[in-house]
Amino acid sequence: MTDLGIVELSRLQFALTALYHFLFVPLTLGLSLLLAVMESVYVMTGRRIWRAMTRFWGTLFGINFAMGVATGITMEFQFGTNWAYYSHYVGDIFGAPLALEGLMAFFLEATFVGIFFFGWDRLSRVGHLVVTWLVGIGANISALWILIANGWMQSPVGARFEPQTVRMELTSFYDLLFNPVAQAKVVHTVSAGYVTGSIFVLAVSAFYLLRGRHVAFAKRSFTVAASFGLASALSVVVLGDESGYTATLDQKMKIAAIEAMWDTEPPPASFTLFGIPDLSAGVTRYKVEIPWLLGLIATRSLDTPIPGIHDLVRTGKDRIESGIVAYKAVQSLRQNPNDAAARADFQAHADDLGYALLLKRYSPSVVDADAATIERAANDLVPDVPVLFWAFRFMAGLGFYFIALFAGAFYLASVRRFEKRWFLRLALFGLPLPWIAAELGWIVAEYGRQPWAVEGVLPTFLGVSSVSHGAVISSLVGFVLFYSALAIVDVALLVRVIREGPPAEEPSGRHPFAPPRPRVA
Amino acid sequence: MSIPIPYDILRLIWWALLGVLLIGFAVLDGYDLGTAMLLPFVARTDAERRQVRETIEPNWEGHQVWLVVGAGASFAAWPLLYAASFSGFYVAMLLVLATLILRPVGFNFRDKLESQGWRRFWDRVLAIAGFVPSLVFGVAFGNLLLGVPFGFDSEMRLSYAGTVLDLLNPFGLLAGLVSVAMLAMHGGAWLALKADGVVAERASRIGRLAGLATAVLFALAGLWIAFGIESYVISGAISHTGPSNPLAKSVTREAGGWLRNYGIHSWLIAAPLLGIVAPILSAASSRPRGSIAALVCSGLGIAGIVATAGVSLFPFLLPSSTHPEASLTVWDSSSSPMTLFIMLIAVLVLLPAVLIYTSFAMRVMRGRVHLADVERRSSHY
Repeated sequence: MTDLGIVELSRLQFALTALYHFLFVPLTLGLSLLLAVMESVYVMTGRRIWRAMTRFWGTLFGINFAMGVATGITMEFQFGTNWAYYSHYVGDIFGAPLALEGLMAFFLEATFVGIFFFGWDRLSRVGHLVVTWLVGIGANISALWILIANGWMQSPVGARFEPQTVRMELTSFYDLLFNPVAQAKVVHTVSAGYVTGSIFVLAVSAFYLLRGRHVAFAKRSFTVAASFGLASALSVVVLGDESGYTATLDQKMKIAAIEAMWDTEPPPASFTLFGIPDLSAGVTRYKVEIPWLLGLIATRSLDTPIPGIHDLVRTGKDRIESGIVAYKAVQSLRQNPNDAAARADFQAHADDLGYALLLKRYSPSVVDADAATIERAANDLVPDVPVLFWAFRFMAGLGFYFIALFAGAFYLASVRRFEKRWFLRLALFGLPLPWIAAELGWIVAEYGRQPWAVEGVLPTFLGVSSVSHGAVISSLVGFVLFYSALAIVDVALLVRVIREGPPAEEPSGRHPFAPPRPRVA
Repeated sequence: MSIPIPYDILRLIWWALLGVLLIGFAVLDGYDLGTAMLLPFVARTDAERRQVRETIEPNWEGHQVWLVVGAGASFAAWPLLYAASFSGFYVAMLLVLATLILRPVGFNFRDKLESQGWRRFWDRVLAIAGFVPSLVFGVAFGNLLLGVPFGFDSEMRLSYAGTVLDLLNPFGLLAGLVSVAMLAMHGGAWLALKADGVVAERASRIGRLAGLATAVLFALAGLWIAFGIESYVISGAISHTGPSNPLAKSVTREAGGWLRNYGIHSWLIAAPLLGIVAPILSAASSRPRGSIAALVCSGLGIAGIVATAGVSLFPFLLPSSTHPEASLTVWDSSSSPMTLFIMLIAVLVLLPAVLIYTSFAMRVMRGRVHLADVERRSSHY
């Protein structure tokens, strides 16, 4: 049986290491493409300042990239070290996009990132530009595969439970690949990365403009970031809406929790702009509502109801009871794979098997759970409403703020009014905001999926490894100390490089692209 | 979807592919790890240390992906192996992870500050990050041959009875030394070819010694396996195309059984032979200014040694010492036929592309890193 202490520790470790990893990912996604854009301008116009820009932002990119790679390996190891049962139970499906990420994307990105730094004098202009693009493309394809894997955890399509191997197995790779939830997540998350990269460049450029340093350099960087950022910010919000729509197909509870919508409203449901969710009473007080809006966003119709939390718990109870039938059938099928009655039962109730597993927390044998236990397990289906309610509102609010910020920056850059100091300060002090938005987004996505590791299929508490408390506590403490030290060094180096600024003159002399120097022994 | 390749063939192919990925990692990232390990022994000044680092800095990152893909492919193709080895070797894996985290930052951060103390620190970090994974991977392989203490309950929940200290048994440590020696040999051969002057000379000397040590230690491990270790043998029938459930077979222990496969297919002896002969040849062809032959031979030696471990264990992937019947084998711990087939197609398309652009990237960086050049200019990062 699983140990709940281990569950909580493993969840905490996974959450901290994943949130930490995602401090670096969005900047890699955004900055890699911004570098490619800047270098493209250099190759097309031949103006040296664009090369200097690519190299300077490239140095900052390199520091961040190293941290992203380092903390990314943790994520790949951690499924095995801390979530061994999860790995067994869904590896047949979930492992594939992870392996494909390595094969198709990480190889590309990692092979060429070294050439980006070391190849300036060894490649032609166009040759180096291609390398830079390949790094950016690799980073973005990497995000695609990881989000296909994550999308499957939110909406497990193209798979079924196999009694003989006691695990989920792939039935359609096509469904896994073209999972609508994954598609929406990819564009939303990648756009958020572009926003992060753009705000980073915008803020640092604003810092130089405020100080009157590197002005020509900063104006150009500011302009690139403003245009790229505006398009990205619009995309984040629009595609975030798409995420909301697709989530209603599979994750009705997540939507209801985000909205703190306790009871099903007559359609089209109103959107709660503000309110105070009251957990004990199961109501939301002091609501400020916008009529119709939620119904339109989430169902794209005027007459489809969105179920509230109380109704979803009731449905959950039914599904647990149905799941018990499936669970019993699985036991029989494992004894005798040719048991026709059990096969029929299993097929009729297989979709609810995961709900029966929720009972394992209270009743390890599952089949003898009484009504009170079923009720208890069904209540576990409700995620942490206030956290989701507020995390979502802050994230979405920031999304709209970014649109306004980039619209302003775009306007100022178009009319070449870079001296508006209040705006430059706004841009500079807004630097942390995209990271806050991205982390809140993951909290909504992952914390909002609880109690599930894989929605409707595998409860989180069942996914852990059978390792000792001591082992997980020491690794958790180790990660906190180690990661904190790295964070301090990382920020210190970024600040130092930014303070020094780009070199006034390119160090390598008159010929930026000397021919390759073949000096074999 | 019907799968055009039989399940047993798919399993066999994926066993071989796992070997290819591990060998790819050991040969390519092996010289990065080996070079890093040799850093304190071949370089005395700041410029020399930078010279050593610059021989591996541009390309190491891509090489490390072989390990990432190896882990990802075992997750996708051998989920039970991934789950059992990573959670069973919990502390050892996290130790390796810590060093893998330090490697990218160690490369990138070092030259960002002028301070000698700062640079020394990251040089030490890099050397440790070369040594520790080399040792731990070897120790882990040694323990695969001994079997590790794990079992499953009826719902396939894994339990593991050992601790990290149990891994540090004499045979495990010997395997760890084999791994350290072979990567030091490889790093030495690389560095002799890629650096110049005194660094290259020191590297070739160390590489030669490490090559001889590799051959001796590996032969010693072979004798130990032949005469000192009980192996595992599947007793009775096992379906090669059955569902992946490792609880449906029985397994017995047997002395000297890890040599069985060489008796059945005598050509397999090529693997251990390569593991002994190639390191000797690498040592013999070592030159103060490096030699391509020494590097090729050290690479072949590594391939032979890794292949020997896989071939000897076959069909076992991870034998269980406490519940032998729960041992993971090629026939009962794979993914479904569909996943194996789709991932095979992906590998067949993508891995050749990886090899092509990896050789392009290495060609761009061809030529020696001259100490005089390093002294003249600042870091590329």
